[in-house]
Amino acid sequence: MSELPADIVLRVDDLRTYFEAGSRVAKSVDGVSFDVKRGETVAVVGESGSGKSVTSLSIMRLLSAPGRIVGGDILYRTSDGRVLDLARMPEKAMRGIRGQEVAMIFQEPMTSLNPLYTVGDQIMEMIKIHEPVSRMEARKRAKRMLELVEIPAAERRLDEYPHQMSGGMRQRAMIALALACNPRLLIADEPTTALDVTIQAQILDLLRRLQAEIGMSILFITHNLGVVAEIAHDVVVMYAGRVVEKASVDALFDNQKHPYTRGLLACIPNAARDRSESGERLRLNPIPGSVPSILALPEGCSFAPRCSFTTAECDQNPSLLAAGPDHLSRCWRHEIL
Amino acid sequence: MSRYVFQRLLGMLVVMFVVVTIVFIIVRIAPGDPAAVMLGPDATAQDVSALRTRLGLDSPIIVQYGIFFGQLLQGDLGESIFLNRPVLTALADRAEPTFFLTLFSILIAALIAIPVGIMSAYWRGSLFDQGATTLAMLAASIPSFWLGLILIQILAVRWGVFPVSGYGGPGASLMTRLSHLVLPAISLGVVSSALILRFTRASMLDVLNDDYVRTARSKGMSEFRVIMKHAFKNALIPVLTVIGITAALLVSGAVVTETVFGLPGVGSLVVSAVLRRDYPVIQGALLIIAALYVLINFLIDMLYLLVDPRVRY
Repeated sequence: MSELPADIVLRVDDLRTYFEAGSRVAKSVDGVSFDVKRGETVAVVGESGSGKSVTSLSIMRLLSAPGRIVGGDILYRTSDGRVLDLARMPEKAMRGIRGQEVAMIFQEPMTSLNPLYTVGDQIMEMIKIHEPVSRMEARKRAKRMLELVEIPAAERRLDEYPHQMSGGMRQRAMIALALACNPRLLIADEPTTALDVTIQAQILDLLRRLQAEIGMSILFITHNLGVVAEIAHDVVVMYAGRVVEKASVDALFDNQKHPYTRGLLACIPNAARDRSESGERLRLNPIPGSVPSILALPEGCSFAPRCSFTTAECDQNPSLLAAGPDHLSRCWRHEIL
Repeated sequence: MSRYVFQRLLGMLVVMFVVVTIVFIIVRIAPGDPAAVMLGPDATAQDVSALRTRLGLDSPIIVQYGIFFGQLLQGDLGESIFLNRPVLTALADRAEPTFFLTLFSILIAALIAIPVGIMSAYWRGSLFDQGATTLAMLAASIPSFWLGLILIQILAVRWGVFPVSGYGGPGASLMTRLSHLVLPAISLGVVSSALILRFTRASMLDVLNDDYVRTARSKGMSEFRVIMKHAFKNALIPVLTVIGITAALLVSGAVVTETVFGLPGVGSLVVSAVLRRDYPVIQGALLIIAALYVLINFLIDMLYLLVDPRVRY
């Protein structure tokens, strides 16, 4: 299992994470595979319920019961070059990975920090868990982290509580916390979804700059294709627990080879496109229907009920098919798209 | 922060003023003429009317209220009718057993309830959780005096580990006096632990799903530290509140337990005062218990300050 190409930090291979309650099995993640290269960003895109967050929690091994990884590998290359399978690590060894090697930031900056401790204490705690440093030293590093994420008056902010900060400021503090131990991989689970667009742009900018400076890899979970265009190198589109399309960001925005991806892009309102010739506003283009329940997936292609390209073939679920160089699509008709 | 403390202090004064007024009114509208009750059935009308004048019962109600209030401000709760001594000293003599009984009961209750409540929430739905919840229901349903009698029967009468009743008699050492409190404190503590346990469990269940608990886990710390440092501290506020309420209830609710264990506390003083219609003692005890209630609540409010920085701003 140690044959992992040198430029790859994380390889998720045929990951299957199920939630089992009695005889009912929700296959939230069903055979997902992708690679994250060193210093690059992979965006995982999909609607709520597509399994993107469960994928990220599986990598961190922070699934809550009854969620369980039932198969597949999560190969990770540590900073000292060892290749570990996170899917099978004992819980105790996993603690050395979390925060130190793989760190995570979350969607809700308002609630992701503990309201009862100062921001400084929470960053220092992270450092002291993983490194034998003095309180003074930890505080100095925490201050440097706040400066790194461009929080003004870092010294004073260290002693502030989360409720004294704005949402954007808290997300910066959260990023400072996550990066405090120089992780090689940052998992960002919808980190900008709860923020204003202006703040969102600032945070994306910050992440991109930090990536260039520190050289970390980012696994970016989002439902927002606009954000993907900003930050990703590669894109993985998920639907109902499976990868439906995978490509580099340029190839994907150039030519979508899966009707779902095409639908997602068409959903983004566009003032110029959504006008008729006489200048009237046209209706938006939502994807009809909604994500099927993971407990009752349709036979065959799970997107077929919402798809306008279906043929008889779609009764059979396709595997990921090559749709171009480094471009995979789970659609029988990717050639005509 | 000082604004918060000032608001609580002001609230405390307002509540005490209302309590004093209500106590005054209740005692005045209680049926029966205190003077007649005090003198017994054989007294002449003249004697009764003389006593009424001496007690100030013949002046207008508002004047009586003014006098009552003025005396209170000087720490004067009046004279007991039957004990021939000031109510305040009568209460003070009985304060020690009640104080220690309340303190120990609440400690026992918290020491049982908090760890069990945390584990119950953490292993929600497990055998441990089901057992703890069932036992808590049982503890809440049994009267403390019944548990007291059982404890006396087994630990005091059969095994002779602890004294059966009383408070060691005059001149007993502090250790002897405290040893008399073990069984009553256990019986009150176990019964009171049920409520605290349920609150701890519910409050923990709430915070265990919070985002910052997930953040704490993502930092790579041990599960014990996640639970105690990040989850429990956030669950503490409602738990503190219910501990405060329980402590306040214990002050007034120890009456029966004190009687079962023959403890010379405030509770048993109140019981005998009620039976003899010793109005000044009843009135004084009501006021002291209400004051303790208010004081405990104030202390809990101050503890919030220590736990939650958001209260300070």
